Amino acid sequence: MSNPIIESGNVAAAMAVQLARAEVIAAYPITPQTPVTEKLSELIAAGQMDAEYVAVESEHSAMGVCIGAASAGVRAFTATSSNGLLYMSEQLHWAAGARLPIVMCVVNRAIGAPWSVWNDHQDAISQRDTGWIQIFAKDHQEIIDMTLMAFRLAELVHIPVMVNYDGYYLSHTYMPFEPPDAECVDAFLPAYAYKHALTPERPESLNTVTLPDARLDVDGIKRGGYMDIRHNLHEEMGKSIEVWEEIDQEFQSLFGRGGHPVIDPYRCEDADVVIVAMGSMANQFRVVVDRLRQDDGLKVGILALQMYRPFPSAIIAEVLQSARHVMVYEKGLSYGNQGALYGDIKSALYPYPARPRLHNFIVGLGGRAIPTESLYQTMKTACEQDLQTPSAQVDAPQWIGLQL
Amino acid sequence: MPDPRFKILTSASTSGPGDAGRTGSWRVERPVIDMSRCIPAKTGKPACHLCWLLCPDNVVSKEIEPTIDLEYCKGCGICAQECPVQAISMVPDADFLEGAASE
Amino acid sequence: MKTNPRTTVLNLTEEEFVYPGNRACSGCGLSILYRVGVKALGRDCIFVVPPSCLTVMQGLYPIAATQMPVLNGTFASTAAIATGVKAAMRRLGRETQVVAWAGDGGTSDIGIQALSGALERGEDIIYICYDNEAYMNTGVQRSGTTPQGSLTTTTPFSGKSEVGKDLPAIIAAHNPAYLATCSASYPLDFHDKLLKAKQIKGLKYLHVQTPCPPGWGIEEHMTVALGRAAVETGLFDLYEIENGRMQLSGPSQQLLARPALRPVREYLQLQTRFKALGDEQADALQAQVDRRWAGYRDRFK
Repeated sequence: MSNPIIESGNVAAAMAVQLARAEVIAAYPITPQTPVTEKLSELIAAGQMDAEYVAVESEHSAMGVCIGAASAGVRAFTATSSNGLLYMSEQLHWAAGARLPIVMCVVNRAIGAPWSVWNDHQDAISQRDTGWIQIFAKDHQEIIDMTLMAFRLAELVHIPVMVNYDGYYLSHTYMPFEPPDAECVDAFLPAYAYKHALTPERPESLNTVTLPDARLDVDGIKRGGYMDIRHNLHEEMGKSIEVWEEIDQEFQSLFGRGGHPVIDPYRCEDADVVIVAMGSMANQFRVVVDRLRQDDGLKVGILALQMYRPFPSAIIAEVLQSARHVMVYEKGLSYGNQGALYGDIKSALYPYPARPRLHNFIVGLGGRAIPTESLYQTMKTACEQDLQTPSAQVDAPQWIGLQL
Repeated sequence: MPDPRFKILTSASTSGPGDAGRTGSWRVERPVIDMSRCIPAKTGKPACHLCWLLCPDNVVSKEIEPTIDLEYCKGCGICAQECPVQAISMVPDADFLEGAASE
Repeated sequence: MKTNPRTTVLNLTEEEFVYPGNRACSGCGLSILYRVGVKALGRDCIFVVPPSCLTVMQGLYPIAATQMPVLNGTFASTAAIATGVKAAMRRLGRETQVVAWAGDGGTSDIGIQALSGALERGEDIIYICYDNEAYMNTGVQRSGTTPQGSLTTTTPFSGKSEVGKDLPAIIAAHNPAYLATCSASYPLDFHDKLLKAKQIKGLKYLHVQTPCPPGWGIEEHMTVALGRAAVETGLFDLYEIENGRMQLSGPSQQLLARPALRPVREYLQLQTRFKALGDEQADALQAQVDRRWAGYRDRFK
């Protein structure tokens, strides 16, 4: 790192938005996102950022402002957490179906009821079906780098992108990171241009009632019905994985960082047991992996997943082919079923010849602490148990750290 | 700029008449203008034109002798109701169909 | 600010901004006010529309009857979306008018939060509420502005028991840059108020009473006559509020000179939605109107 600064994760996010030259910022405060809105407000008021700042009266309106601005061809941004994300849920579906390249940072926080201000992933997980691309950053450098890359991705594929980072663990802690050079960012991120941008010169009605079936337009050309439009969103979400990888390569050549945009494997090449996790916890597991290898001779690796939607099924399934066990640790779940990430991984492996035994662990809900020691002990026990009595596939999640 | 490999289908409509088809088929009565009573027709110069102003569907022309676009006239009868000299009457559309009794 | 000469039928532009053959009901009040209103707004506009009758009038993808750029959005966020579009216009250095067209439901009920926020921020948009006094697009369910005694599908036998919201008063309390009440039956008055609004900075709110034949229980040809009756009975007043000062507009102002207004019952009896309204309620309504107009006579003599 040639020019590092030490700042919080929230400030890293705000700096990315400033570098990206977002022009319309909608802001509604919610813990632990508030410092992002405050920092952006400060930057604009101090003349260090040239943008419109709209202090909206709710998160639903925050996304409404972004939808309006993006539809008019101007780069828009907002940030939120938890219940704020849920409040704008119908707008998330709207933005995706309207193919708007909005970028939003979500500072992950548990959802009420009951009230909790602390970190878990349920907010983002609960919105995984909206059609938004979902990225999970693991540290401050990734927050700033991936948010910049997110603007590029969104405007290339015209799908909105959510950059997630852990509330408090990342948002409020201070770490060294290198802010990308502004001139290089300008070269990396061209201006936003939208063929359906609202303009009197080419009047169009956007997102009126759309029939189930295809219909001829005024020029006699067949246009898709609702299902065709939605199918296109799904298909192009899938194709976005490749574009994200291409963007990462370009980012690497300009900024010298990157190389693992979709998954970030650590010591997985010869691993019998692979842990899968998202966000800061994935970095935390590196310490656990090193200790299990060094002290206990166990061949363990940690696979950090960074692009959660679209789900990179092929990439993940291939990496996991050589593992005997996969331990999925997550801070959220699909209630009444099992861990969301766990279900996605199991489904990804289904068509493949090798099906490692899968284990699901739910940790850290509502910000319950996940001590590294506890992760180490859980892993050690799980690995040793298996060596003695290989277990049958257990689908029901194991909850780590319950206190009642 | 969007990636050229992506189609990016969106619901974006362009304008044209007849989105609902031939809305003239909605009516049961059609307006008929008596030019001997119609003010601009009688005086031969622009005047009144309330039928043009108040037509919800813009099917009455702003001509000295106003015409009705029967392709799209929904037969609401506002023109007839509002004409200050009762120059417009609403007549059953069936009277004008082929095979109808001659008037 | 330049004052425009009063628009008459003769000098009103012949240019049309909406195609016939659209899905609006036969005799639709919104069709009249939209058609004439857009003549005042002109082509350099972007419209923002929530789910409402205007959604239906635009038509089904991929054909639009409307000839303007229109952004359809979710029900609650019309004013927020319009805010975003206008912010974008400023960034692009364009003077394009951003105009929200929403119904009474999308303004007084589900849309009120976003509108209140936009008013408080003084957003530079025109917001038009066409009030047909119920959720007409979804089939005549009661809304916040549905008048007391009105039959709707959700107040089916004895009519709505509550009094409707006085939306212009709620908006006025936010001190908008300009507030006007209008009627679909007086389209030229609406037209000229829009011309005025275009020249003012800040949030301009226009509330337009919009008679609806299927929803109000009138024959399609009575749309304009009914809106006129609402004004001539003193039930619905046309006025403007600028810089805190209220002024009656043309058709309502002219009523000040009349010895008496048309009785309120004349308006009520024209509509089957007031079938269940009892004598007591009608008398109370008449008394309310009489009181208000006595006040106007004192104030505006």
